[in-house]
Amino acid sequence: MHGTRILDEADRLMTVCNSCRYCEGLCAVFPAMEMRRAFSDGDLNYLANLCHSCGACYVDCQFSPPHEFNVNVPQTLAVARAESYAAYAWPQALSGAFARNGLVVSIIAALSMAAFILGFAALNDHSVLFGVHTGPGAFYKLMPHNAMAALFSGAFLYAILALVMSVRGFWRDIGTPIGGRADGGSVLQAIRDAGELRYLHGGGVGCYNEDDKPTDRRKLYHHLTFYGFLLCFAATSVATLYHYLIGREAPYPWWDLPVVLGTIGGIGLIIGPVGLCAAKMRRDPALLDENRYGMDIGFIAMLFLTGLTGMTLLVLRETAAMGPLLALHLGAVFALFITMPYGKFVHGIYRFAALVRYAQERRTAA
Amino acid sequence: MGSKYDVLVIGGGNAALCAAISARRGGASVLVLEGAPKFYRGGNTRHTRNMRCAHDAATEILTGPYTEEEFWEDLLRVTGGQTDEVLARHMIRESKDILNWIVEQGVRWQPSLGGTLSLGRTNSFFLGGGRAMLNALYLTAERLGIDVEYDAEVTDLVIEDGMFLAARLKRPINGETEIRATSLVAAAGGFEANIEWLKQYWGEAADNFLIRGTPHNRGSILKMLLDKGVQEVGDPTQCHAVAIDARAPKFDGGIITRHDSVVFGIVVNKHSQRFYDEGEDIWPKRYAIWGRLVAAQPDQIAYIVFDSTVVTSFMPTLFPPVAGQTIAELADKLELDPAALEKTVTEFNAAVRPGTFDHTILDDCRTEGITPSKTHWARRIETPPYLAYPVRPGITFTYLGTRVNKEARMVMADGKPSANMFAAGEIMAGNVLGKGYAAGMGMTIGSVFGRIAGQEAAKHARN
Ligand SMILES: Cc1cc2nc3c(=O)[nH]c(=O)nc-3n(C[C@H](O)[C@H](O)[C@H](O)COP(=O)(O)OP(=O)(O)OC[C@H]3O[C@@H](n4cnc5c(N)ncnc54)[C@H](O)[C@@H]3O)c2cc1C
Ligand code: SF4
Ligand code: SF4
Repeated sequence: MHGTRILDEADRLMTVCNSCRYCEGLCAVFPAMEMRRAFSDGDLNYLANLCHSCGACYVDCQFSPPHEFNVNVPQTLAVARAESYAAYAWPQALSGAFARNGLVVSIIAALSMAAFILGFAALNDHSVLFGVHTGPGAFYKLMPHNAMAALFSGAFLYAILALVMSVRGFWRDIGTPIGGRADGGSVLQAIRDAGELRYLHGGGVGCYNEDDKPTDRRKLYHHLTFYGFLLCFAATSVATLYHYLIGREAPYPWWDLPVVLGTIGGIGLIIGPVGLCAAKMRRDPALLDENRYGMDIGFIAMLFLTGLTGMTLLVLRETAAMGPLLALHLGAVFALFITMPYGKFVHGIYRFAALVRYAQERRTAA
Repeated sequence: MGSKYDVLVIGGGNAALCAAISARRGGASVLVLEGAPKFYRGGNTRHTRNMRCAHDAATEILTGPYTEEEFWEDLLRVTGGQTDEVLARHMIRESKDILNWIVEQGVRWQPSLGGTLSLGRTNSFFLGGGRAMLNALYLTAERLGIDVEYDAEVTDLVIEDGMFLAARLKRPINGETEIRATSLVAAAGGFEANIEWLKQYWGEAADNFLIRGTPHNRGSILKMLLDKGVQEVGDPTQCHAVAIDARAPKFDGGIITRHDSVVFGIVVNKHSQRFYDEGEDIWPKRYAIWGRLVAAQPDQIAYIVFDSTVVTSFMPTLFPPVAGQTIAELADKLELDPAALEKTVTEFNAAVRPGTFDHTILDDCRTEGITPSKTHWARRIETPPYLAYPVRPGITFTYLGTRVNKEARMVMADGKPSANMFAAGEIMAGNVLGKGYAAGMGMTIGSVFGRIAGQEAAKHARN
């Protein structure tokens, strides 16, 4: 007996799959399962986070419903995965944020955007908020750079702390029987596997979406979103370095590195989330954890908003719309940061930890 | 009168799809009638995992060469010579090319895994298993413009003088209950799911058989063909049967109900008596004989009894073993006579001679002075908890079938080849398999003869 009903179900399925093993070539979940005969809560959470939800093992299984064995690995692991996010959330008091995540995230997003607009309006007079500002330092007419840096690094550092603490708990639970720290080789392997989304390919044909015809669309959109996010993050980092190291102030001209990175990333963050969202709508409901729809869409929407407000800001930054747009963009980014440890963002972190663990197990077994 | 197809394929498994695809590639218009609903399409093929093909060199998926001659010798050994040599050798030769042909139809192989079964040299494994393989074949069929109908059980065949004219359906398709075609490929499986028919040969015992695969293989097409003058081949009592968990569903339990733990313990019947040498032979032979052995026991039930020292030596099982701290407690739970089971275990333990255990070879652990003896892998059963799996005969597929020639063309009772009727797969497996079985041959028979049947049927239709 496990802590939750879904873990009981996951245990049942892993027992079925372990006596079958037809799917062992499809992804990492099945070989990892084969290394065990009994499954602790930690093992099941590990397997759940190793699953990329490609759907192949559902479409390929001779026992999926309506068969009486009722084997639905992708859906069961999706629910278990979502529940694991709350189970490992730090501090635990905030784990409830996962229960109605879409609502929580959208309220926080709305509040942060409003706060920035009101803040700008309160701290500056009207002519500043709706004024036209150009040239280096234009943004800081609305909000002093130091204030901006303090607020965002505070939010960011909190997010990092909460994520580190959460993943620490997860890592401890999935650590047996090898235990201990991750080695460099396994981390590198996991970076490669995560970077290419190696296990979102249904064993080679692509991801399953609306029916039994595999396509690679989800993988493509996921890549756009993920690398879009990384590029935007890189843009911000470069800008920060510019500011502190060589004293160059934003906004930068279109050809400058932060803008180039941000533009490419922003496009990714617009197309990727829209694609992911559309793929989700079309997906066979049998594969989905429908209760977590809000969380998934909430996160996708946050990324999309970040990309959209950023790109609009870039285009309209020399007009009177700059002030409100900056407020919206900063609000979106701020909300993204502080909700990171309590929303779908964590899936990437846990999945990565699971991949490290898997690489490690493989090495030890070899 | 509705549209007329060049080739009508009855069935929806591996043999049927290979036939349909090769007929379509041969230029024919093709209709596939699958009796099962869409989810259950593909009969027993859904439950398969690998295929045995001859090949001259190791590949990415196979660890070594498996020559035609070696394949032939394996077949000769398992069938005890009950095989049609011309057909069998033809099939083995053709199997070489099937390895690649099937990939061209979209099926993917799994890179060789050290894995659970020692078949990495002789057998190729479908990536994702048989249902994944079927999904690929259906996608290809759809892409090629083959029409497929589900829930389309054929209930009658119109055959005149060895010539197929039309098939009748339970449920009309586009208003038609009669489908005409120039050639017929029958690939509708065996009759293993037809308990009444099995009873003709096995008597009431058949009521206790579990059917490992689809409930849709009721042999209706086979029966129609035999009734309408096609020559019969094979012994109706011969089939592939293994011992599977007695708690498995009556139909469609698939691969996961099997047990391969016989070698690690003893097997007793409902009187707690051993009845066969559990250490006789190496997998897969020992795997394939226990279905028949259990079928011959009272009430068709037996129990594999072992102890806690060996639980991790075999594949994890779907159903947990029944456990007891003492043999008597175990017997109680199995509803066996405790005294009788204790006596059997004590006698067995006393007869065990020391040796070096190795379950991968015929080792020197054996018994002395009891009947039946356990000639290999005999070790005492003495470490509680004591464990047991109840088992029943699990029928995989039957061998009674339609006689065919090298063109997969059915042969009529008078020895003449049919003008336009072909057969592939389980429905004609008995041509090659008089008895016995070597893992992966079901798929070989289906793919090889399916491909040939499709080609020939298309050739006939387009002449
Ligand atoms: C659990 C299990 C595991 C197995 N593993 C392997 C393996 O790993 N390798 C291997 O080589 N073999 C294996 N086999 C054997 C293999 O499944 C068969 O040899 C093979 O499936 C036969 O293929 P087929 O196309 O002739 O028949 P099937 O795949 O059984 O297809 C027969 C089709 O005919 C349809 N049908 C029946 N009657 C009618 C009707 N009246 N009208 C219309 N349609 C009808 C059925 O619905 C079905 O789709 C296994 C079998 C089982 C049960
Ligand atoms: S998902 Fe189905 S086919 Fe795959 S390993 Fe599990 S039981 Fe077997
Ligand atoms: S990654 Fe795909 S194949 Fe693997 S468990 Fe998840 S859904 Fe199944």
